[in-house]
Amino acid sequence: MSKQIQVSGLDAYYGSHKAIEDVSMTIEPRSVTAFIGPSGCGKSTFLRTLNRMHEVIPGARVEGKVLLDGEDLYSSDIEPVSVRRAIGMVFQRPNPFPTMSIYENVAAGLKLNGRVSKSETDGIVEESLKGANLWNEIKDRLNKPGAGLSGGQQQRLCIARAIAVKPQVLLMDEPCSALDPISTLAIEDLMTKLKDEYTIVIVTHNMQQAARVSDRTAFFNLAAQGQPGKVVEMDDTSRMFTNPSQKATEDYITGRFG
Amino acid sequence: MSAIQRISTGRRIKDRVVQGLVYLAFALAVVPLISVLWLVIQNGLARFDLEFLTHSMRGIGARDAGGGAYHAIIGTLEQVLLASVIAVPIGVLTAIYLVEYGTGGRLSRTISFFVDVMTGVPSIVAGLFIFAFWILFLGIPFSGFAGALALSILMMPTVVRSAEEMLRLVPNDLREASYALGVPKWRTILKVVLPTALTGIITGVMLAIARVAGETAPLLLTVFFTDSINNDPFNGPQMGLPLYVFDQAARPNDTAIDRAWAGALTLILIVMLLNLVARLIAWWRSPSRAR
Repeated sequence: MSKQIQVSGLDAYYGSHKAIEDVSMTIEPRSVTAFIGPSGCGKSTFLRTLNRMHEVIPGARVEGKVLLDGEDLYSSDIEPVSVRRAIGMVFQRPNPFPTMSIYENVAAGLKLNGRVSKSETDGIVEESLKGANLWNEIKDRLNKPGAGLSGGQQQRLCIARAIAVKPQVLLMDEPCSALDPISTLAIEDLMTKLKDEYTIVIVTHNMQQAARVSDRTAFFNLAAQGQPGKVVEMDDTSRMFTNPSQKATEDYITGRFG
Repeated sequence: MSAIQRISTGRRIKDRVVQGLVYLAFALAVVPLISVLWLVIQNGLARFDLEFLTHSMRGIGARDAGGGAYHAIIGTLEQVLLASVIAVPIGVLTAIYLVEYGTGGRLSRTISFFVDVMTGVPSIVAGLFIFAFWILFLGIPFSGFAGALALSILMMPTVVRSAEEMLRLVPNDLREASYALGVPKWRTILKVVLPTALTGIITGVMLAIARVAGETAPLLLTVFFTDSINNDPFNGPQMGLPLYVFDQAARPNDTAIDRAWAGALTLILIVMLLNLVARLIAWWRSPSRAR
């Protein structure tokens, strides 16, 4: 299931503005990789280039290579839709489909992508909701609207929706920033559990969170306002937080700036 | 630092005065509505009976009592239905193009401009256009369908504008959530964006229908006029309720005037009924119902 991502020399643009420059890194399978850095440094933009969601924004484009187990996702004969099926995404704000019930939300990826039998869908919905640690809370109200859940439950519903299509990689863009500490804990536990099966990449503003959940951490920064963001340093999380090789990383992590 | 103050008498008075003005404005807006409804109901009930709803004006002389608007009701329903069948798909598809595909492009700006121009077209001009093009130039005789064509011209810009606004209200988060699941754009629009905006689009369509159901001028030039029942909108002159009211009200005797009032009442009831049906559909489709 889980696959490795190799990025080399990646630039991303919004129109003529270069948002990130020359990013190269390897994201290992069956691990959690965290991106940290100040606001506006291009972490989210970079995350979105990994499943070709960046180009959904008008005027946005990408240069460079992203290899998923050796296959270039930006090669001209690759179907972007299939990339997004292989690499799922969870957003900052929980965004369940308001017209659909909890069940339909989880089944959305399957239903919208083709025909699956009812019994098969039932199985996948239950499995995904269990995978997202949500099943016990909501198994009696699968037909209620997804928008009626609490924020933390909605976010876990979105995770269930993302893993229901069985992606190889799961990207999470600040998945806990709108949640209370208890829901955050639930989702962090979930990440630890999911990394047995998925490659997980998470963008976070919360340094403790990065330290708690991730195996490797990349620090993004920009030289000055208006300059493109770059990767300053990437290393094992334990090393990054105890003995970073770059001064800027240390300053950021210890709270001297950012 | 400024000190915490009590609300001054001056502000209290201003608050009261503005509040009073708002209530007054509301009353002023409601008075014409109530008085129109009251007048139509009061005068219309005299002839609003079974005979009126089931008989045409065929063989009813100028001074005769009796007669009805069955032919006009049939005509209005058929013409408005045909007009909706033409205008709603074109209007909604145009709105989808404007919002989802043609963001800021030259074509979408051109379309937007012409939709605005169409909104301002007087209804008689729409009628004249169909009269000149369909009836004079193509030589196709008067029919309910020609009337429906003219009405659809009037409906289209209203449908485009309201559907466009509703589609723009759909949060971009939902589109992205759908893309991130590997759903193609067209399916996202069909299964996520349209259902989310459906309630609003239906309301917009209903307003457009209510607007054209009362149009008289374009019908005068396109469906012509008849006192008989004509169930076939594609063949021969038809009648419409607004035309019926216009015709009956112009006659000098009380029986005809009563028929005109009853016709107006019927028209209002039809529009209100359509609105009710639309609200029911919207309520039935809304996600909050299951809560």
